[in-house]
Amino acid sequence: MVSRIITGKMHVFGNNIDTDQIYPGQYLDVTDHNEMAKYCLQGASDKFAQEFVKGDIVVAGTNFGCGSSRENAAIALKVRGVGAVVAKSFGRIFYRNAFNLGLPLIVCPRIDEIAGHGDELTIDMDRELAINNRTGKSVPIEPISEYAMKILNAGGIKPLLNPKKE
Amino acid sequence: MHALEKILAYRAGLKEVRAGEIVNCKVDLAGINDLYPQTMYSFREIGGEKVACPDKVVIFLDHYAPPSTIKAAQTHAEFRQFAREQGIEKLMDVNEGVCHQVLADKGLTRPGMLIVITDSHTTTHGAFGAFGTGVGATDLACILKTGELWFRVPRVVKINLNGTLQPGVYAKDVILHVIGKVKADFAIYKGVEFAGTLIPKLSVSERMALCNMTTEIGAKTAYIQPDEVTISFLKEKGVTEYNIFTTDPDYQYEEELTFDVSEIGPQVAAPFSVDNVYDLQDHIGTPIDQAFLGTCTGGRLEDIAIAAKILKGRKIHKNTRMLVVPASMETQMEAIRLGYMQDLLEAGCTFVTPGCAACLGTHEGLIAEGETCITSSSRNFPGRMGHKKGKIFLASPATVAASALNGVITDPTPYLK
Repeated sequence: MVSRIITGKMHVFGNNIDTDQIYPGQYLDVTDHNEMAKYCLQGASDKFAQEFVKGDIVVAGTNFGCGSSRENAAIALKVRGVGAVVAKSFGRIFYRNAFNLGLPLIVCPRIDEIAGHGDELTIDMDRELAINNRTGKSVPIEPISEYAMKILNAGGIKPLLNPKKE
Repeated sequence: MHALEKILAYRAGLKEVRAGEIVNCKVDLAGINDLYPQTMYSFREIGGEKVACPDKVVIFLDHYAPPSTIKAAQTHAEFRQFAREQGIEKLMDVNEGVCHQVLADKGLTRPGMLIVITDSHTTTHGAFGAFGTGVGATDLACILKTGELWFRVPRVVKINLNGTLQPGVYAKDVILHVIGKVKADFAIYKGVEFAGTLIPKLSVSERMALCNMTTEIGAKTAYIQPDEVTISFLKEKGVTEYNIFTTDPDYQYEEELTFDVSEIGPQVAAPFSVDNVYDLQDHIGTPIDQAFLGTCTGGRLEDIAIAAKILKGRKIHKNTRMLVVPASMETQMEAIRLGYMQDLLEAGCTFVTPGCAACLGTHEGLIAEGETCITSSSRNFPGRMGHKKGKIFLASPATVAASALNGVITDPTPYLK
């Protein structure tokens, strides 16, 4: 089961962070997942690689993960240890890829009202809220669909389809 | 129901589906390209041994054709081995070209099909009245194992394009104009249908350019109702069997937009997003280092023909290089046969192997820090074609060719007379 409460430090990005920025094209021939994780968000930020601590949360505006279907983008975020991605909206192929890998994506149309780089964020799926723990301010999140939750709770589509192997 | 819903219902074995519903569908064609060896790894990780439907699977070695790194060569070797082991006969090797064009050329895309490829621009197949959609590697692995995949039935937006295009204006200008108005997140999870008086006047090639770029507004799929143009294209390929679905008259579109295309001039998308669109006039004179003509968006025969028309008997500017990448081998052969290749080579262009080439910044024509490229491809994201401080302008093939001629962004219209 995925945790119903996720807490982590925010790394804040803008709108339309495409998968080229999440995982630049020059590394697309890499097949090792741990190596992929090194290039996570390299096209969007020079600081992310140094500042990120496992469990931190990526926060963004609209259309996060738009563009190319490259699963490397979702793999890099997952293997780097991103706790969740919270955005106003997501590109659809990226959305499927992330849930297939067991990476929680949270749709939060008002996240910009509480986003603060370095502030701690709590996502409470039961109360359907995102809370900035420094300011105490909260905004609603959209519930994850039943079908996507089933995949997430299994730890991704692979353990769901092949429980013996995990 | 919408025709797109009918395709999903048919493949789900249901009489009816509704927008928002999740359905399991049998896939008619599952394509894997060479960016996604993860598809083979995921297939094994989910317990896959024998591919459920090898006759429906097509493997494309297009993004790294031919490989420029040992890692990419290794991936190609693994795909060839996988195809042999699994009895997948449709292996499109490094000589064939970009997946979407190859399917069109070989008559493998047909109206009414459900086509799923590990490539975001699979929306292109809407030009034939097929349901085309892109997925990642693991979703495709699920299809390899079961022959099926889950889909959320999309709502459909209708975009009416009415009028006649001015000289120097092409489908690429129209779709850039639309994207500039509606913005990059307009159609996330939705189907986009193109209709209106412009459509019957557009070739299949131009329709493919329109549908291809709906990905850049987030669309799940695109659709153009098949007509005489579609049918005669298919007939030339020897294709006579297909299912044409039609939308019920009472279908409620989520939204309907109308554009008068007669008023549109040549367009350009400036760095660094596809929806950062201007009239070309606003950027005339911007110096360019590289002009790029190619890809599943703008590398078809008609695109090469228009570039050849502009550049025949002329020389590209000394400060500019121009790469020409035919979308497929068939495109390349025709470009040779019709003399376009000779014209473009004499003008100083560089030909590149049919495939995706520099479009996605992997190889064959990357740009350096601070360089500017004008391209007929689909994306101008930071770092898309090389250095992240390189600038990319998106435009029509005609604008790309005219700009190469002068070394600065140029209106193609005077060269078309």
